[in-house]
Amino acid sequence: MADDKIVGIDLGTTNSLVAYMAVGPSLAHPDAPGKGVFIIPGEDGSPLVPSVVAVDDDGHMLVGNGARKVLLTRSERAIYSVKRLMGRGVEDVREELKLFPFHLAEDLAPGEVLRIHLGERTYTPPEISAQILRQLKRNAERFFGTPVKQAVITVPAYFNDAQRQATKDAGRIAGLDVLRLVNEPTAASLAYGLDKKQNGTIAVYDFGGGTFDVSILKLRDGIFEVIATNGDTHLGGDDIDNLLIAVAAKDIAGDLKIDIRQSAEAVQRLRQAMIDAKIALSSTDETKIDVELPGGAHYLRTITRAMLEEMIAAIVERTLGPCRQALRDAGVTAAQVDEVVLVGGSTRIPLVRRKVEELFGRKAHTELNPDEVVALGAAVQANILGGGSEETKDMLLLDVTPLSLGIEALGGVTAKIIHRNSTIPASATEHFTTGVEGQTSVAIHVLQGEREMAKDCRSLARFDLKGIPPMPAGLPRIEVRFLIDANGILHVSAREQRSGKEAEIDVQPSYGLTDEQVENMILDSFDHAETDLLERQLVESRNEAETILTALAKAHGGAAWRKLSFGEQRTAEKQEAALRQAMTGTDHNAIRRAIDELNQGTMRLAELMMDDAVGGALRGKNMDETGMEDGPAAPHPIGKAEFE
Amino acid sequence: MMSEAIKQEPKIAGGPQLNVLQAPPVQHRCWSCGDMRAEHFCGECGHVQPALPTDFFSFFGLPRLLELDEERLEGEFYKLSRKLHPDVYSRASEREQQWSLEKTSQLNDAYRTLKDPISRTEYLLMLQGIQLEEQSKIATEQARAFGVEKKQTVPAELLEEAFELNMLLEEAKQGGVDDDVRGQLISTRDALNARMEAMQQELEAAWRRWDEGDASATDVMVDVLNRRSYLRNLLRDIHEVLG
Repeated sequence: MADDKIVGIDLGTTNSLVAYMAVGPSLAHPDAPGKGVFIIPGEDGSPLVPSVVAVDDDGHMLVGNGARKVLLTRSERAIYSVKRLMGRGVEDVREELKLFPFHLAEDLAPGEVLRIHLGERTYTPPEISAQILRQLKRNAERFFGTPVKQAVITVPAYFNDAQRQATKDAGRIAGLDVLRLVNEPTAASLAYGLDKKQNGTIAVYDFGGGTFDVSILKLRDGIFEVIATNGDTHLGGDDIDNLLIAVAAKDIAGDLKIDIRQSAEAVQRLRQAMIDAKIALSSTDETKIDVELPGGAHYLRTITRAMLEEMIAAIVERTLGPCRQALRDAGVTAAQVDEVVLVGGSTRIPLVRRKVEELFGRKAHTELNPDEVVALGAAVQANILGGGSEETKDMLLLDVTPLSLGIEALGGVTAKIIHRNSTIPASATEHFTTGVEGQTSVAIHVLQGEREMAKDCRSLARFDLKGIPPMPAGLPRIEVRFLIDANGILHVSAREQRSGKEAEIDVQPSYGLTDEQVENMILDSFDHAETDLLERQLVESRNEAETILTALAKAHGGAAWRKLSFGEQRTAEKQEAALRQAMTGTDHNAIRRAIDELNQGTMRLAELMMDDAVGGALRGKNMDETGMEDGPAAPHPIGKAEFE
Repeated sequence: MMSEAIKQEPKIAGGPQLNVLQAPPVQHRCWSCGDMRAEHFCGECGHVQPALPTDFFSFFGLPRLLELDEERLEGEFYKLSRKLHPDVYSRASEREQQWSLEKTSQLNDAYRTLKDPISRTEYLLMLQGIQLEEQSKIATEQARAFGVEKKQTVPAELLEEAFELNMLLEEAKQGGVDDDVRGQLISTRDALNARMEAMQQELEAAWRRWDEGDASATDVMVDVLNRRSYLRNLLRDIHEVLG
């Protein structure tokens, strides 16, 4: 449907955002600043939804700020930074998880999709991410008042196939049709490109909460052509935080003889304090930390920016190697880069900015909020996919695959078939044959990575080509086609050429969910989503009803109420009774209707109160005397200040 | 029964095998409006057409020549990208989306192969049925599988330099890279880079001869590419030591 809105989503390690760009200039949303791209705020008005998921004691899923509170008090019931676990196996994360408070399921086999304990059961990373996506979807639906089913989701440029597939699965589980996965630095360049229509070479340095990417792009008349990309999917603000926590924990153990690791809650308090200190030191030279430890003692320290910079220097240095490699791969020198764009919260750290500007020898762009620019860019790409608008009609993104694709050949070596930094979609065709008389199937091991030996590369999948007609060894000629689509995801098809038979492919994704598993998760979450949604709508409508009833009770008998006719008073009272009746039921639609009627019926009352309030203010009376406080027309707390 | 796959040679990266002779232009009717189609889209209604086997030069409508106008190639690449890219077809039928995906991957493969002078030359030689020994992946794989260095004939002009460089690299591996070794490695690197430049000139001269119909230029190109490949390996070894 032409009216379906496609949103852009930045599914971040630390925070997630949803944005939208109006299709067509005439339809530009009135709330949209500038070019019509804007972040859709959450219920609390905040543009950022913290990427934290928690389960409360009643088994309800909490996402965002609510979940973050749980993390501080009952950390075993919350999960953060789940993006680091997407598309990964147990052997990848065992070391890393020592620094995080979550617990993996005990029965995981290598190569299996991870499962993490949360509340009373275990969840896979795509299911946790789906909770965040569903929250963003809800925020967008609340904002537009219509269902939102389609999205563009961003991923780190350096994400491999399994990590991309896991992100796409998360979208499906959340009930979103993921039209495109866009690389985060590329999305950022799109957001910047809206304002600056110019040609040249740009470098995007994206240092986020958990991942680091650098991309070199060539801009030519609206075409954004990525020339090279590099990065580290396990390098971000989290690593800085974990380092600071480790330093502090050692300090505490030495000075106060307390092992803070015994208390998960204390570790989370320490983590929050170190994050606050890190953020503060981006704008001040010195900050104090004060953390309550188990047993009531306090850890007090003053940290200077210089101390912080010394501690994190090695981490910042780790981002520069990929930058140099990307420049080499792009065949340009740092001096040939015309513009440098900074993206991601960690680029607020002065040391990071200094190092980047030193490397590229120029001042970096920071005009757009580094937390929001990726989501805005995703919305631009969503707009393009939706048919485009005046601003985007010339824009086209040509991205690359970050890692080489290979197959395991004789002797366990990697034979590369699609090289890194190839523009996607990209394809390769390989021919295989049999080694034994009458052999009817062959196994192919697909890899991703730059290393020479297969064991050092990422295993993507093992394919069995079955149904080969029995022939003498070496005679069958099986053509296998590898295609990396515009999302950076691999597709494989095969055919035996002598018989013309399509070979069957039995896919065993190394770190991915099977289609069937995803389907089950969709069904599973759908059941819950329905009840979740109904419950939430009921709670919301009841809250709203309470607000209006409280306001009415206050107005009752006041000056404005006395000015109403007898008929108007009776009508309001009847409507009030009807609303109270509706609230005893569980039909949120009935409650909403009753609220609307009561609102209609008390409109004159609200006007009279407003008049009295203004008059009262002019005569110097205080608000209480006017009966205006929390009146139906001005429920917002800051409404009061305007009259003072 | 199950066994590891064995890769078959020969093969041509990214594209189907064609004879040296240009295939006659194939005329098809547009699946959508029935009009005679152009190469990639219907000339009448503009709909994308299914991908057909084609060689990379024909894909761009370019003559099969090695001296290629790179700016024109880039211009064509951008122009076709704007029309073929999956972004443009995200709301089209599933069939058109699939064709757009296949066409675009063909476009990208073709552009990548032709824009680089070396891969362009290799591709043209492959179209002529010439396999470069040094480029043959299977030779590399087999050498690795049996744990031996791939046999490479040292070009005569490089014999002395290669010998000295190997001594130097051996020294660096044993005793580390001191300032003296580093200096020698850097000057060798610069000398080899200068040779690379010279080979490029040689290659371009051969292109001109080939484009003018001189078939003997093929042997020159094969020779240059083989020497170049050897040189590149030496440079890679130096970069590894220098870091």
